[in-house]
Amino acid sequence: MSDLSTRERIHPGTAPGEDINLEILGDGDFDTAEMSLSIGPAHPATHGVFRIVLDMDGERVVGARPVIGYMHRGFEKLAEYRDFRQIMALVNRHDWLSGFSNELGVALAVEQMLEMEVPDRAQWIRMLIAEWNRILNHLMFIGSFAIELGAITPMFYAFREREDIQHLLESATGGRLHFTYNQPGGLKIDLPKGFLHQSADLLALLRKRTPDYKDLILGNEIFQARTKGVGPLPPEVALSYGVTGPTLHASGVPEDSRVTEPYLKYDEVDVHVPLGENGDSFDRFSCLLGRIDASLDIIEQIHDHMPAGPVNSKLPKMVKAPEGATYVRTENPLGQLGYWLESDGGRTPWRLKMRTPSFSNVQAIPYLLGGVLVPDAVAVLGSVFFVVGDIDR
Amino acid sequence: MTDLVLDQAVTFAAQSASLLTFDSFVLSVAAKIVFALGLFFVVPLVGGYLEHKVMGRMQNRRGPVEAGPFGSLQLVADGIKFIQKEDVIPRAADKWVFAAAPGVALVPGMLIFLVIPLGPGVFALDLELGLFYALAISSISVLGILMGGWASANKFSLIGGLRAGGQLIAYELPLILAAITVAVQAGTLSLVGIVEAQSMFMLPGTDINVWYVFPQIVGFAIFFIAAMAELSRPPFDMPIADSELVFGYMTEYTGIKFAMFLLTEYGGMIIMSALMVVLYLGGWQLLPGVPLPGCDGAGGLFDCGWLGTLAGVGITIGKIMALVFVMVWLRVAYPRLREDQLQRMAWIVMVPLALLNLAVVTVAKVVF
Amino acid sequence: MATTSPPGVGLLKGLGVTIKHLFKQPATQMYPKQRPDLPPRTRGVIALMDENCTVCMLCSRECPDWCIYIDSHKETVPPAKEGGRARTRNVLDRFAIDFSLCMYCGICVEVCPFDALWWSPEFEYAEYDMGKLLHEKDKLREWMDTVPAPPMLEEGAVAPAEVTDAIAKKEKELEAEAEKQREASAAAEAPKGKAADSGGGAPKKADVEVKGAGEIDQETFDKLIAEGKSERIARSKAKAAWVRKEKERLRAEQEAAGGDEDGDDAAPKPQAAKVEVEAGQIDQETYDKLIEEGKSERMARAKAKAAYVRKERARLTAEQDGAGSDGSADEPEAAAAEPAAEDAAADDAAADDEGADEAGDDEPAPKQKVADVHVEGTGEIDQETFDKLIAEGKSERIARSKAKAAWVRKEKQRLIDEGGDA
Repeated sequence: MSDLSTRERIHPGTAPGEDINLEILGDGDFDTAEMSLSIGPAHPATHGVFRIVLDMDGERVVGARPVIGYMHRGFEKLAEYRDFRQIMALVNRHDWLSGFSNELGVALAVEQMLEMEVPDRAQWIRMLIAEWNRILNHLMFIGSFAIELGAITPMFYAFREREDIQHLLESATGGRLHFTYNQPGGLKIDLPKGFLHQSADLLALLRKRTPDYKDLILGNEIFQARTKGVGPLPPEVALSYGVTGPTLHASGVPEDSRVTEPYLKYDEVDVHVPLGENGDSFDRFSCLLGRIDASLDIIEQIHDHMPAGPVNSKLPKMVKAPEGATYVRTENPLGQLGYWLESDGGRTPWRLKMRTPSFSNVQAIPYLLGGVLVPDAVAVLGSVFFVVGDIDR
Repeated sequence: MTDLVLDQAVTFAAQSASLLTFDSFVLSVAAKIVFALGLFFVVPLVGGYLEHKVMGRMQNRRGPVEAGPFGSLQLVADGIKFIQKEDVIPRAADKWVFAAAPGVALVPGMLIFLVIPLGPGVFALDLELGLFYALAISSISVLGILMGGWASANKFSLIGGLRAGGQLIAYELPLILAAITVAVQAGTLSLVGIVEAQSMFMLPGTDINVWYVFPQIVGFAIFFIAAMAELSRPPFDMPIADSELVFGYMTEYTGIKFAMFLLTEYGGMIIMSALMVVLYLGGWQLLPGVPLPGCDGAGGLFDCGWLGTLAGVGITIGKIMALVFVMVWLRVAYPRLREDQLQRMAWIVMVPLALLNLAVVTVAKVVF
Repeated sequence: MATTSPPGVGLLKGLGVTIKHLFKQPATQMYPKQRPDLPPRTRGVIALMDENCTVCMLCSRECPDWCIYIDSHKETVPPAKEGGRARTRNVLDRFAIDFSLCMYCGICVEVCPFDALWWSPEFEYAEYDMGKLLHEKDKLREWMDTVPAPPMLEEGAVAPAEVTDAIAKKEKELEAEAEKQREASAAAEAPKGKAADSGGGAPKKADVEVKGAGEIDQETFDKLIAEGKSERIARSKAKAAWVRKEKERLRAEQEAAGGDEDGDDAAPKPQAAKVEVEAGQIDQETYDKLIEEGKSERMARAKAKAAYVRKERARLTAEQDGAGSDGSADEPEAAAAEPAAEDAAADDAAADDEGADEAGDDEPAPKQKVADVHVEGTGEIDQETFDKLIAEGKSERIARSKAKAAWVRKEKQRLIDEGGDA
């Protein structure tokens, strides 16, 4: 810091007050020093142990370097020493906000390798829980993005809703975050009595409550001033970084594997994918809100479709995937999740490669942070939705 | 010569009699100190409790419930906790500046309570330059914030402190311009005098008594926004901005020093609300044109019995709390602005508006 | 870049939303005062029904965290009938779960073939010392009192095989009863239409003792496997089938051995199962002694109960011997009406019991080993017990479940008494 003060000098050609330009310009009349600011690994804006080193000129960011790996737990290697039942309990922990969707990916991969027929009812229930899980995830990010912009209230509303949803899912799965409800070939057990009624009630409640978020955040002029035009991500850049999910949809690319490559019974329901135009923080956030409504629509359709029948198929004592490999991609709440499952015929996978959406999404952060102000950097970080456990695995 | 100076000083200081002025000089001083300190330590706690509870209910939760009846002693409990905490000073910090900063921020808050009138005769001092004194002293707080931000030897603190400094410079101007407009209309800088003038102010051509908030609604809005910005209250809390700067200039502070900063913030809320009540909302007048019970002084606001006095104090505190409620409400409802947006708003919108307001009021004052 | 827009509708809407919530009831749950309402499937803590544990070690092996510790020793059980072969069985010495390692995946509960492990929604067992999170057998057994009944399944679900089996069995049985034009009183004793009422069909055949329920009926097994049933179900059914056949065979042998119903008939039976002993009472002497020795109350009670049953049985047998064997024709029915001694249920009930709780049956109550007397309305609780436990500071859930159990016990007692009168 002393370094900074010695090098600072006022340019002789400029009299104070001659030019009221409040923009802080790096190449202006001041000769300034760059300061590197390490945000994280423990910082409120990174929700987790994500670290990003900003090179700053005043409050303007001139360079950003994400540093990841603080939370590396070796999921891929662990999975090689777990049988498939144990993997179910493992994978819902790398992205802890979308536990069910993660399980789903592995279950689909194993079923694909075993060429297993999954009962219809199981598939519909999987979709139902997966969509509730998606809402659960998005609510979290709505709350945390708002709190990063200084609005504290949406977080509490979002958690109130989350609590209701978690209670509902707990009654079926026994878990609040780590559901462990899937098994190869279906689900562990059917829904408890009254679940669909409760689910319908909750759906009605959420439909009543979601407009509050639009009034409180999306329509707020301060929010718009903070997010519109901040961190625009052009579609081609997004695609080149492998960005997926709401962050990609905000750039106007309608890539959603529920639509483009339907799994489960997504081809039998209408899946609306809300799209943005500019790919800025505002669009990313409004896509996230739109996806909640879209998920509510899907849940409504699932309620109407729910068939009767079994939810699991008979399993051998030890599920062993046959020799070979497969790749399954699912639309996780944050983007596309892919599992590359390679088996040598044993009880554990020979290799389980994860392609997690958060990892790909954060790749775009250095691009997005070039030249923004620190407050905008936070607005960008909050709107490129990621879970640190999902980055580091 | 000395007599003259002394005379002037006396007329300078005592515009109207305070209830706390006794025959004994020592007793008077003691009473006034106790009054100002008591106000400073009690009213902010009430305001803080109001903030906790209102914020909680607006966020669909309860707020504090355990400490004391309905959680009312939560801030006291917090204070005790802060006192018990270890006082950490970073090794790289500029120790003396670091230690002095919270005091520098806190003391001006105490001093302002000297001139704030709460009711008929319920004030420590009625300075002829009361408004000037209050605005001048309140600006000192930011010095403490700057000191804290610099001395912490932390980049987040530094940015927070600089933001606070920038914010103060930007918003001091509209704040003072708005306050001056009131002084122009009232014809006095004495806070008690302004309350009195408000109770006498009739809409031109009628005999309807109104407060200054009606003719100067623009000035009131400017003063309110500028006060929020000066206090770093959300949505103008960029110097703290917990999601960007961790906790701004307070990042490195713990324990009692942190508590002093917090008390400064709550005290500031009360001070600014009290100034707004005095300048725009008729002081301890319940409604425009309604005299207090048992009062027969000017405008039915002075020379009250104890009932009128108590009622006056109650009304002032009630108005202060109503303003605090609005501040909390805004905090709950809005995200925070960006520093450059805030600056733009100050220089491009607020200062011209405040100047216009001053011009209009001055012209109107001359015309009517 | 839009810097500031004049405060507009959006700002007012935000104020509207927040002020609206000011007058709403807060969503806060006042936790320690207000208990959370957790669904029965909640994975709170793992409870152990140690009587059911056969020390097969499946849970311990499947546990991804290896947080289950099991010790056991082998014990030789003397032959149940003279000339039979002595059997060895595993006796559980230690069963401990380290909840500081457990990741609450539920695999152990899922794999347990004998339903010794259960999930309970209790969650308040946090400790200041990590070592205390190692719950030993006694502690795990205590959680068993808090295990709620599994919920019924949603409409459209396929009833678990055990339930459909039990219903079919019951129906068949009722038909048979109707054919035989049984007395109304006997019919009234039998539980009606209740799914998976273990032991419901057993009493009629209980007079024939079948050894070695481990064998299975290969034919049935193959058939079921071919039908696509899971191996476990097939095995349990085949086991039951074997027992059935074996009984058939034994009965035929008996009949062939001679028509005299008195003397010889009683000989092959080890009698224990046939003597009416009212369970639920305890041997006060034993109880006091054990309590003095510092055993836990639960333990003492259980042992005292067993002691009582033993004594009572000895007494009754002696009486019977004295009175001659004239009562033997009635005994099977009597045995059905009375709660039989617990060990008697072992083999025969095992087949039923074992299947009956694949995590999703419709059974309203956690399985009881002996449910000879059916008590309607298990929802009621014994207020007295409940109040006492609450006063003792137990959690409401524990108190409720114990009170429920107490009510059922009392009710059974009452029914038995009534039955005795009749």
